Amino acid sequence: MQRIGKQLVFFVGLVIAWELIVRAGGWTPDVMPKPTDVWEAMKRGFSDRTLVYDLQASFTRLFIGLVISLALGTALGILLAKSKTADDTLGALILALQSVPSIVWLPLAIMWFGLNEKAVIFIVVLGGTLVMTINMRMGIKNVPPLYIRAAETMGSKGIDQFIRVILPASVPYAVTGMRLAWAFAWRALMAAEILSTGPGLGYTLKYASDFGDMSLVIAVMILIGVIGSIVDLLLFQRVERNVMKRWGLETN
Amino acid sequence: MLLQINDVNKQYTNNKVTNTVLDHVSVSVKEGEFISILGPSGCGKSTLLSMVAGLVKPTSGTIMLDGQPIQKPGKDRGMVFQQSALFPWLNVEENVMFPFKKEMNKQEALQKAKHYLQMVQLSNYGKHYPHELSGGMQQRVAIARAFTMDPKVLLMDEPFGALDEQTRTRMHGELERIWLDTKKTVLFVTHSISESIKLSERIIVMGTRPGRIIADIPVTLPRPRRFDAPETIQLEKQINHLLKEEIDKVVKEELSYAENR
Repeated sequence: MQRIGKQLVFFVGLVIAWELIVRAGGWTPDVMPKPTDVWEAMKRGFSDRTLVYDLQASFTRLFIGLVISLALGTALGILLAKSKTADDTLGALILALQSVPSIVWLPLAIMWFGLNEKAVIFIVVLGGTLVMTINMRMGIKNVPPLYIRAAETMGSKGIDQFIRVILPASVPYAVTGMRLAWAFAWRALMAAEILSTGPGLGYTLKYASDFGDMSLVIAVMILIGVIGSIVDLLLFQRVERNVMKRWGLETN
Repeated sequence: MLLQINDVNKQYTNNKVTNTVLDHVSVSVKEGEFISILGPSGCGKSTLLSMVAGLVKPTSGTIMLDGQPIQKPGKDRGMVFQQSALFPWLNVEENVMFPFKKEMNKQEALQKAKHYLQMVQLSNYGKHYPHELSGGMQQRVAIARAFTMDPKVLLMDEPFGALDEQTRTRMHGELERIWLDTKKTVLFVTHSISESIKLSERIIVMGTRPGRIIADIPVTLPRPRRFDAPETIQLEKQINHLLKEEIDKVVKEELSYAENR
């Protein structure tokens, strides 16, 4: 409770300081809007339903992209963990690709899929898959050998052991992978939307920028940040904490 | 003979240096016996147990269980490790039922699990998860899990080594009671002399470098055994003397190795 209190004071203080500084500086809203301007823009966006459509469109793309990347990442991670050859070859490629921001694929994606949903989803999938693959691979490689020995003495081997011991034992890594995949996918989505077509939060941000509506730009930025942290905090961190506790990995 | 370990050798080769872990080890185990394998660390006692479990293969020699050579792990040998090795994603009941797959329906399996949880006095903890249990309770669940397979022999690899002194003493009483009730054949690896005297019918004392059997001592003291009875103290002294020579040998070897460098 004390933590929430401190955070409340901090954020309220931040908004007040922002308002006062912009008023004192005398900047116009097309250079640096005040919190009140941003609030107005936000209200306007929701009442004319632009932001509602944007949220719907962005979340649909994100959801499709994330589902594909989690499935693909899990499968690839298992492959890399189980096959030394795949790990040495495909694994090296995936590590190299991981250091390339997924947005740089957009020109190619537009050539392949056109300036549409598919291109954006492609970027989201690229953003999420690699990090999920790397975590899933680690999860399977780091199953405690004791679990495997115990399973063997209980007559569990091969595919039965994989399904009943190795997969569940790798869940903590998979959950971390999902959380990171979401974060990467969310960033990739925003970048792709700014550079491609609407509706979508990123597209509206670009559109507002073209018309010099900095209040709306900041409103969208705040929405992106708030949604990102709410999903991370309320969904992924909570799941991760529960899994760590159950799996006995939490030290307290 | 239920279990026959015949002239087993185990060597590891590391950087072209061959290390003999076990040297001509032979043990015969009768059904219903509680045998402790006692020795200092590095004498290969855990390796020997892993071989009976089928997790490690001997370099030469054979291990026969009920007339069948042991090739791989199987449900006729239950193993309890130093760490409980319970699966954290399963609750206590599900852990105990793990060895069953399709050979019986869920109701039957649950019945069996409950029976053995009662044996280790954890009936009320079936729905708990391993992280909610103390170390001693986890080890009791692991014992119940090994029992549900109804193995021909129970292999215990320093099962109480990670527990605190008080819990360990309680677990000794618990294991003794279970053994007296079930007369399960037990191979119990330990480095504690008092633990082996408290529990076993026979103590196999192992020496190190290379790992081999240096004594096979029957224990006929009446149960429950008291640690302060003169016979217990006498036996403890005798085993201590045997082990002291082994430990002295290791120390001497290490010193001469250090001098020659």
